[in-house]
Amino acid sequence: MENIKELILAKVSDAVIEDKQYLTVTVKPEDLRTLAKMLRYDEGFDYLIQLTGVDYGDSLGVVYLLAKSEDMAVCIVIKTATADKENPTLPTVSDMWKAANWNEREVYDYFGVIFINHPDMRHLFLTERWKGYPLRKDYDAGRDVNPLDLKSYDMSDTTVSYVSEGDGIKKIEKNLFEEEDYVVNIGPQHPATHGVLHFRTALDGEIIKKIDANCGYIHRGVEKLCEGLTYPQSLHFTDRLDYLCAHIYRHGLCMCVEKAAGIEVPERAEVIRTIMDELQRIDSHLIAWSCMCQDMSALTAFIYGMRDREKILDIFEETGGGRLIQNYNVIGGVMADIHPNFVQRVKDFIPVMRKGLKEYHQLYTGNVIARERMIGVGVMSKETAIAYGVTGPSARASGIHCDLRKMAPYAAYDKVEFKEIIRMEGDSMARYMNRLDEIEESLHIIEQLIDNIPEGDFCAKTKAIIKLPEGEYFQRVEGGRGEWGVYILSKGDKTPYRMKFRSPCMTLVNAMDTISRGGKIADLITIGGSMDYIIPDIDR
Amino acid sequence: MEVKDIKIKGISYDEFKDNDSLEKYVEELRANGVGIITGVLDDIINWGRSNSLWPLTFATSCCGIEFMAVGAARYDFARFGFEVTRNSPRQADVIIVAGTIVDKMAPVLKRLYDQMAEPKYVIAMGSCAISGGPFCNSYCVVNGVDEFLPVDVYVPGCPPKPEALLYGMMQLQRKVKMERFMFKDKEVKENE
Ligand code: SF4
Repeated sequence: MENIKELILAKVSDAVIEDKQYLTVTVKPEDLRTLAKMLRYDEGFDYLIQLTGVDYGDSLGVVYLLAKSEDMAVCIVIKTATADKENPTLPTVSDMWKAANWNEREVYDYFGVIFINHPDMRHLFLTERWKGYPLRKDYDAGRDVNPLDLKSYDMSDTTVSYVSEGDGIKKIEKNLFEEEDYVVNIGPQHPATHGVLHFRTALDGEIIKKIDANCGYIHRGVEKLCEGLTYPQSLHFTDRLDYLCAHIYRHGLCMCVEKAAGIEVPERAEVIRTIMDELQRIDSHLIAWSCMCQDMSALTAFIYGMRDREKILDIFEETGGGRLIQNYNVIGGVMADIHPNFVQRVKDFIPVMRKGLKEYHQLYTGNVIARERMIGVGVMSKETAIAYGVTGPSARASGIHCDLRKMAPYAAYDKVEFKEIIRMEGDSMARYMNRLDEIEESLHIIEQLIDNIPEGDFCAKTKAIIKLPEGEYFQRVEGGRGEWGVYILSKGDKTPYRMKFRSPCMTLVNAMDTISRGGKIADLITIGGSMDYIIPDIDR
Repeated sequence: MEVKDIKIKGISYDEFKDNDSLEKYVEELRANGVGIITGVLDDIINWGRSNSLWPLTFATSCCGIEFMAVGAARYDFARFGFEVTRNSPRQADVIIVAGTIVDKMAPVLKRLYDQMAEPKYVIAMGSCAISGGPFCNSYCVVNGVDEFLPVDVYVPGCPPKPEALLYGMMQLQRKVKMERFMFKDKEVKENE
């Protein structure tokens, strides 16, 4: 890392380099691209993990968290800011990391920062009629400014980009589709988009030419809400982002706060959390499998998957009180000790699940139609996955080692041994198989822990009011669909100054255009099922 | 001719919590008098309608997963006549609003509702659909779908348990059973 500091200073002499949680480099906007290019192409930081807009009060900034695909644990943070709050502009990095495309649009939505040379500077979550920038500190959230409007408007077929020309900035309008394109709308209300997502699909006969995905139909403004709540209060939002990974997400936020506040989590809690996370992962993969099969008209498979899932929900309900959303993790540990039946229930569940897995393979994996529709369809190359920042089982199906449980272990993951499931094909089949294999690995992890839950407290004692020291905190965890992350910017208060959640599903949907081009429209549904995205996680 | 009792199969009258409002409704119907033929026809039609209320496949977020669970093996709402979920609003009788409705989604939901054929019903499932739930302070969340849709049954919870949703759906069945179906429009016009 010393070496990299010198390299950075050689390129950008007035960069401010700090050793924080990760190496943090602050640069002026005009040097951003020079630094980004060097880190991307010379130093191998090919993953853009997070891109967060921040309103610092007197300036608007962006924080980039980069990682390497060779070693996902190695991270670096770049920061930049513009003092112009009237017409804020920053250079885009979307040509270096495709993942930045949607993230920059999100920043435009939230803060009104225009990214120069960005190919598609439209709103991502909000509509064009939205007034103001909601995450700016001076935004007045009154309903009189942006009243509820029930009128349906036509969607615009054009997009804009801003390019720098001489001293000024030129606005260029572009058509999203070509004149003779045949465009089919899929969504926002469509049973196979797994939520309220809207694809505008340009077709040439049956072949997909281009997909324009629209989000925001479930944008609930969680990040803004968090700014007004204390840390324990904001925990419940994480359960409701990706509700199929409720435990895992909440675990992530708790860990971030615990680390920042210096709270020591008892070992018992760590093990309970790990077991719960893995149960949750199985639950999530089961739903993914069920829904994917259902999308391909295998309703029986859906019923089978849901049947086995109920057993996990029973375990959750007994201990945590909730089925889908458990609100079980709290800062310092877990809310309640495990139920006396917990261990036995989990032990009974493991053979049931194994039997279930066998059944699934017999029922569906070997099915001729299923194989025809999955093998070789929707191939995501390793490069595409990296460019879009795709992680999780989908990226591991394209040969990328990105399991954070292995790369940057947390909780009790360093005490257990398990395999990271990697496949090289990158097609729907590989993603499908990866999920089923990961269920087996999760069972293996649970087996190792369930008899060894240490005695002791299940929750550390914390102060009534938790204040985080001033600073920036990151936490990354392995969710069911990929890497989930938190970014907290604290000014020393009991509420965060800015809280950002990194959504794994956003990367998946962002990549849909690239991987389904040239495929048949019927396969779009299969590919979507195999990518397994959850829309509220994208929209937040 | 008497207006029929508020009874449905499977769950006894006393087990329903809110019987008063339906009783009042029945009183009203009785006071207006029921023709023998229309009354009998109503009975038959409503018997059919209340036992085949088909919901629209509509879910925006977390509550949708519980909705799916109610449709799957363990809870199986087909037992009560909710048989199949329809993917087209044209074929659905009831829309179960499962999940948060935000500003961008509200016009879509409104249009879906408008596309459904009469008679149609709305169930607000979960605190988000009822009042905005945990997100009620957000800058773009609708604080309850009853701002623009006529809600028939509210099912509280975050998310409601499957049993709660089944209970709510049965409440809707009772409501449907009590309805005046024949010549309803004519009467409404005359009263105007
Ligand atoms: S009521 Fe709760 S569970 Fe249902 S959609 Fe709202 S937040 Fe999710």
